[in-house]
Amino acid sequence: MDSRELTFKGGVHMHDFKELTNKYSIETGPNVETVTIALHQHTGAPCEPLVKIGDEVKVGQKIGDADATITAPVHSSVSGVVKQIVEITTVSGVKTKAIVIESDGKNEIGYEPYNDDYTKLEPKEIVRRVREAGIVGLGGAGFPTHVKINKNPKDTINHVLVNGAECEPYLTGDQVTMEEYPEKVVIGLDIVMKAMGAPNGYIGIENNKPEAIKRVSEEAKKLSGIKVSVLKTKYPQGDQRRLIDSILGMKMPSSLRSTEEGVQVINSSTAAAIYDAVILGKPLYEKVVTVTGSAIANPKNLLVKVGTSLKEVLEYCGGFKEEPGKIIIGGPMMGEAQFTIDSPTLKANGGIIVMNKEEAKPPVITACIKCGKCVDVCPVYLMPLYLQQNVLNNRFEEAEKLNIMDCIECGSCSYVCPSKRPLVEAIRHGKRELRAASTKK
Amino acid sequence: MDKENIKVSETNFDNILTVSATPHIRSSETSSRIMLDVVIALVPALIAGTYFFGLRALMLVLVSVAAAVLSEFVFQKITKKESTITDLSAVVTGILVAFNVPSTLPFYMVAFGSFFAIVVVKQLFGGIGSNFMNPALAARAALMASWPKEMANFVAPGADAISTATPLSGGEAVTLMDAFIGKMPGTIGEVSAICLLIGAAYLLVRKVISIRIPLVYILSTVVFLFAFGIPANKLLDQVLYGGLILGAFFMATDYVTAPVSKKGQVIFALGCGLITAAIRMFGSLPEGVSYSILVMNVATPLIEKFTTPKAYGKGGKK
Repeated sequence: MDSRELTFKGGVHMHDFKELTNKYSIETGPNVETVTIALHQHTGAPCEPLVKIGDEVKVGQKIGDADATITAPVHSSVSGVVKQIVEITTVSGVKTKAIVIESDGKNEIGYEPYNDDYTKLEPKEIVRRVREAGIVGLGGAGFPTHVKINKNPKDTINHVLVNGAECEPYLTGDQVTMEEYPEKVVIGLDIVMKAMGAPNGYIGIENNKPEAIKRVSEEAKKLSGIKVSVLKTKYPQGDQRRLIDSILGMKMPSSLRSTEEGVQVINSSTAAAIYDAVILGKPLYEKVVTVTGSAIANPKNLLVKVGTSLKEVLEYCGGFKEEPGKIIIGGPMMGEAQFTIDSPTLKANGGIIVMNKEEAKPPVITACIKCGKCVDVCPVYLMPLYLQQNVLNNRFEEAEKLNIMDCIECGSCSYVCPSKRPLVEAIRHGKRELRAASTKK
Repeated sequence: MDKENIKVSETNFDNILTVSATPHIRSSETSSRIMLDVVIALVPALIAGTYFFGLRALMLVLVSVAAAVLSEFVFQKITKKESTITDLSAVVTGILVAFNVPSTLPFYMVAFGSFFAIVVVKQLFGGIGSNFMNPALAARAALMASWPKEMANFVAPGADAISTATPLSGGEAVTLMDAFIGKMPGTIGEVSAICLLIGAAYLLVRKVISIRIPLVYILSTVVFLFAFGIPANKLLDQVLYGGLILGAFFMATDYVTAPVSKKGQVIFALGCGLITAAIRMFGSLPEGVSYSILVMNVATPLIEKFTTPKAYGKGGKK
């Protein structure tokens, strides 16, 4: 174990609210009567249904898939009967078809463990198993994992990094997964190293998770080539490029794919899911979700069946302590505020945060006093105050010259701003305008 | 503890959920809290000024603050703009204007200074955050130009109130200890180094300012003065006499008129040091702090243009 605290330049130390859930072990979530499985839960092409109304399905049975390269199949999270195929808008705001399955309450398993030695598997077979299990990046982005671990023959991958930073406030799913299933995380990493032919593996964990560091380090000792890197607790430590910088000291611009420099990064819960897929044959049909926030009655780390409605998850956690003001899917820095609780959960959802009315109140915006705090914290060394000023005055080219397109939208600038300026909000708008202008050309 | 929870199914969700863009949490820091910190940091120096120059000094500060706040309020009423007096920035400006004048200045002059700072320098350029030079220092310059005699009417601390010159303009030399404590002629706010440093330490601890600008400013002033021929044993006098400490910690660090990038701040502070040393050595003025900061304020946009940080990963290994 590397005892230095690794870090990058910039970023924010913030109150992380993890104390609400970080002592709770993973609890199995509600046994629901119906699940609604969205056919588009990942970056890339949506799936087409493989079942029709009236079909009987089992837990883990593939019910949607597509031929596209960048896509991931979806699986049933219950055993039961397909009732409907409907149009929904997901928690990420994507319009998609979804399969409604009525559970028979039996949860009959429809997959089998592979019972073979993973160390002897061909990379191709690993990639195939990961794809069939429908694994997507569980850090929140939902990029199909089989695409990530399928090595381009042109690239040489030297390092595979596991992202166990979990730098978003409130979220503790990665932490409890690392504490309770360290062997899955470590072997999951070893599997990816085998798939990509990478000699070195690192698991980066922030130093506010000592138990996870201890457990994962013990497991890592059993395999060769895997190191645990202790990271300074700081947002956005879990951003892929910041993680690479902290652990390997390599600064990669956003224009470069990390694999071009021989590095691949996967999230720690994704590593555990890879273990489940390649060794146990278990598809990704359930996911640890941190249900937390000041207005939820009983915060929990909950193993939720994909397709369970937010409503049922919230009910399972005892409802609200006080009237909710805002419900966020994901972390508070990059997650999405919801206007309904009828949406089903998706594979990549890491958290449901219920804020109270007071916390949900929009901040009062005052004039920029040029304190420069946004410049100090920007992990990509931009000057958010000037980007915002240019965007709000429709000077998009000026903003482009100031590298607006390099913004990773982590929100650190908006977080620290004492004047509560909408910095990342304006930057996002500016990027959209510039993208629209470049496609028109 | 037995309070019943609100059942999800019984909650009416129509229009109760706030939907907004990320991030969903913000730091508790606000602009007015920063201004309050600056006010707090100026209190020790205010106490020293009152102690050494009498209650009249305190009265001048109060008049100045009142004039600043009133000017801002009335201007914003007339121009139908939202009032920003609660952000406390006008209070800070008012205190700093008074800190830059001798305790003998007529009240209407300090009131004019504050009016000039708030209306001409701050509000006419768009209000808080938009002024291109430090309002209090611009007011000092305006007062020096309008009433040079009154602005140089310094008195020695104590009951006698005999007119005298500051040690910098060839007045009686004071011991280093007296200069450090503030027992010397000077403007209300600049005299007590120890009290200013106590306030500055508070700002540093609260992270309202960083040490970068004050440290580079003071060190470079000393280095340039030495290079210009001031003997080494007189350098500390130069730091303690006049307004260098007040200027370095409370004026040059003004967010609005100093560069935001670290490199830019170093260049800015070096420029301040160079000009201060040059004015003190070669100029006809005894003191160079205000003019050096004002000149560098004007250079700030240019400095920022040339010190824009390179975006992450740019220019390095590709």
